[in-house]
Amino acid sequence: MSSNNNVLVKMNNAGYRHNNKWLVQGVSLSVERGKIVTLIGPNGSGKSTTAKIALGILKKIDGHVEKYTNKIGYVPQKISVDWTLPLRVYDFMILTENLDEKTIDEALSLTGVIHLKDKNLGNLSGGEFQRVLLARAISKKPELLVLDEPVQGVDFTGEIALYELIKKISDELNCGILLISHDLHTVMSATDHVVCLNGHVCCSGTPMDVAKNTEYKALFGEQASQILTRYEHKHDHVHTIEGEIKKN
Amino acid sequence: MFDDFFIRALVAGLGVAFVTGPLGCFVIWRRLSYFGDTLAHSALLGVTIAYSLEFNIALSVFIISSLIALILVQLQNRTNLPGDALLGLLAHSSLAVGLVVIGFLTFIRFDVMGLLFGDILAVTVDDLYIIWIGGALILLVLRLIWKGLFASTVNYELAEAEGLNPDRAKAIFTILMAAIIAISIKMVGLLLITGMLIIPAAMARNISDSPQKMIIYSIIGGLLSVIIGLFSSLEFNTPSGPSIIAAALFLFVISLFKIKQTIKLKN
Repeated sequence: MSSNNNVLVKMNNAGYRHNNKWLVQGVSLSVERGKIVTLIGPNGSGKSTTAKIALGILKKIDGHVEKYTNKIGYVPQKISVDWTLPLRVYDFMILTENLDEKTIDEALSLTGVIHLKDKNLGNLSGGEFQRVLLARAISKKPELLVLDEPVQGVDFTGEIALYELIKKISDELNCGILLISHDLHTVMSATDHVVCLNGHVCCSGTPMDVAKNTEYKALFGEQASQILTRYEHKHDHVHTIEGEIKKN
Repeated sequence: MFDDFFIRALVAGLGVAFVTGPLGCFVIWRRLSYFGDTLAHSALLGVTIAYSLEFNIALSVFIISSLIALILVQLQNRTNLPGDALLGLLAHSSLAVGLVVIGFLTFIRFDVMGLLFGDILAVTVDDLYIIWIGGALILLVLRLIWKGLFASTVNYELAEAEGLNPDRAKAIFTILMAAIIAISIKMVGLLLITGMLIIPAAMARNISDSPQKMIIYSIIGGLLSVIIGLFSSLEFNTPSGPSIIAAALFLFVISLFKIKQTIKLKN
């Protein structure tokens, strides 16, 4: 990994231990401007933990992590908001940064929830809340977006639209995205770099690299591997495990 | 103008209400009622130390309350006891130690009732300065840490991830809590300070749909409680602290009825 000024966050052999149990260890990755890095892996494989290490939420970590930006938008996997707080969608949008009305309206329109602007946050459905979370994260025009299962609970058509939006945002803002997703179809169509986790990095590389990796096949099964290779036609070359580039 | 003890009490009480309004909202949002209680109980120790060393009461209470908050953090890190047990331990032991120290200070006449429940006769012109200048400082600092404190109250991880330094905001807020207790102890009394913090804020919660509104209503509720409480305290010769808190409770009950009516209308 070359260090240049396009790098937004860089993890070097990072890990986190809780109650003497490693949640994840030995993770090295970097997210660059305009690139989408996706973390995949089974439940409990340390995807969210890795994101939290990258964000600096988890403190006593092993290894090193360096952030080169403070303009960050985060969509956490689970969010427990305390409803003793009277909070409208509007209040939530300006939670970490003051934004003007126009910016807020734009972001809410992009994720399709502008009509909820004055609603109480506690009255939203899971999918609606997820759209608000994503709107909030993109509204501040961040340099780094960390999206932990950003479309969970969103309806099927909405899911596709939101992933397209994420891809569009990455191009428009030229921001780096660290994405956690279960949807292998999406992962493969939009991602520049895939990191497959299972408590440690089991393999990483371009989507095609990972698809052909035997450890990946062992973890996700042959079927998942086929999903990935279906995208092969989109590329004019493939990367072998040895790192060679072969023309199709 | 401040020659009259009642005017002094009123000006002092209103000054306190301006500060307890917003702080009280955070106490409710962050579930810190018992934490506030613990700091307030420890204030007695601060008062006795102030008397025995002939030291400024507000400053002494502020120092002791901050110290108790610091000890609490240390205990949380060093023991496996749950938070509420530690709070109870600190609250009652500091209250007990304070009362024991009073027992030793036989050469000073203590108005224990006044300390516990507030005494409007005790408010001096110096106290007014402490309340209004101290109160303005507390509000100013709260304004400065607002973004980080509020964001981390909604969600700690979002605040931390997006660079708002919630741990620092929390530490500063703890100091502000000690400060409000220090400046309001003479008015409300140490057993009732938490009530002054949470009852107007609880009333405000019933009638607000945004954080800003809740803070404004909480301040208004506190101001009204002080005015109603102090006038009835004068009228019925009741202690000032309980009268103010009873007035706040009265407003809280009214706010409940307002909610019921709107629900009925919706149906």
